[in-house]
Amino acid sequence: MAKLPNGGLFIRVVSVLSPLSLLIAWELLARVDAIDTRLFSSPSLIIQAFVPLLFSGELIYNTAVSVQRVILGFAVGAVPGIILGISMGLSPFVRSAVEPMIAATYPIPKLAIMPLILLVFGLGETSKVFTIAIGVFYLVVINTMAGVLNIDKIYLDVARNYGANRRDFYLTVAFPGALPMIFAGLKLGMGMALILIVAAELSAAKAGVGWMIWRAYDMFDIEQMFVALIVLSVLGYIFSLLLDAVERWIVPWKQT
Amino acid sequence: MVCGTGITLRNVNKTFSTQGGTVDALQDVSLNIGGGEFFCIVGPSGCGKTTLLRILAGLEESTGGDVCIPAASNGRPLNSMVFQEQSVFPWMSVRDNVSYGLRLRGFGKKERYAIADRFIRMIGLTRFADAYPHQLSGGMKQRVSVARAFANDPEILLMDEPFGALDEQNRILLQQELLRIWEESRKTTVFITHSIDEALCLGDRVMVMTAHPGRIKSIVAIDLPRPRDIAAIRTTLRYNQLFQTIWLTLRDEVLKGKEIELAH
Repeated sequence: MAKLPNGGLFIRVVSVLSPLSLLIAWELLARVDAIDTRLFSSPSLIIQAFVPLLFSGELIYNTAVSVQRVILGFAVGAVPGIILGISMGLSPFVRSAVEPMIAATYPIPKLAIMPLILLVFGLGETSKVFTIAIGVFYLVVINTMAGVLNIDKIYLDVARNYGANRRDFYLTVAFPGALPMIFAGLKLGMGMALILIVAAELSAAKAGVGWMIWRAYDMFDIEQMFVALIVLSVLGYIFSLLLDAVERWIVPWKQT
Repeated sequence: MVCGTGITLRNVNKTFSTQGGTVDALQDVSLNIGGGEFFCIVGPSGCGKTTLLRILAGLEESTGGDVCIPAASNGRPLNSMVFQEQSVFPWMSVRDNVSYGLRLRGFGKKERYAIADRFIRMIGLTRFADAYPHQLSGGMKQRVSVARAFANDPEILLMDEPFGALDEQNRILLQQELLRIWEESRKTTVFITHSIDEALCLGDRVMVMTAHPGRIKSIVAIDLPRPRDIAAIRTTLRYNQLFQTIWLTLRDEVLKGKEIELAH
């Protein structure tokens, strides 16, 4: 396809203009009462709610609480996921021992086991972190294993021919070779973590962005609900930018 | 089986099981490769050359017979293989690829990089030492895997058509370089090629293999004087006589191989 002059700039302008015009349309429809602002609010009302939430520190506090839970849960789920995934990819024994369990439990909605998690870990932080960790773990372990299995067999032959021991196979072939797929799993896991944080903060939470949403629901405070939703969306965007940056740094050899 | 300094194979067989039954890849291969010998193998495609090399490399088990390879001495690795297909790690820079064997043997970064840089200069890729394989051409990657085997300083070099994918200029340069290194180190080298010319330029002996199953057809001693100049050697009468001998042996096998392929 022939490139139009300034095609890149044009594309960038479009990607800014289209959400902007949606916001303007939303505001206009709210102003002429074409949509019910009690349910759908309007951009200007949301900003009016946003400013005091921000300056009282309440928003920042709740965001920090959620971010901490997401990061902890993400780490607790991802690290074992990577280690187990690599072992499953390298060893047919580990794979045949573990894969049936993973396959059988993966389809269970993580929300369905939340009550069980609450009973086991109580109402504190642990249950929230654990809920997120479980969701992240499955996506990371499955992708990591697939990543190792996808590594061309020739690289294992090279490692074997050069006298690699078990540790060398992990560190010089399986882990780096699976990294692109590991990152695919981490990115999916991050999306899952943001879904689960809202669910985890539904019950027995006293702070957090998810908790803000549920409180707003109880108080029928639509503006606060929208503020929290926007915070979640911004968080998701920042996390994905961060993961992209880490990926570029750790996987410089990835062909794009 | 007690081993000498070379490689000894006695009645080696290799059978692969496939869905349609078993396939004999190697049948009754008995041979002696002397310590320090440059041994070349030519044969029609599918004659089990690569299988034989993989057995020597310890990547494949023979299904019968004895394989005898000398034990590694003074900490040097037993063998390093240059694979026919792309085998350079995409996730390592050229320098890390070339020093891979040294890393596994516990060399420190500084030391192994110093050794690697010498071999990177040899393959003419100094400018690309920090590049990743996806930035290199196919021929450059193949040179990296040759350097990776050399840098590892093994007892035995196993090379599976290492220069097959290279353009002629680079092929001649690397052949000459390989000869120079071999003259210096006299490493036992087993070298597979589809090129009679290459086998003649490099080898002490050339083994011709039969197709389906892979057997030894004949072994020809290459009595061309050393050290050899690859350009000059081709103009000699002896080279042409040897070329003729090997080609006539090989031609029958290539034709037979084609017939079998057509019959299937």
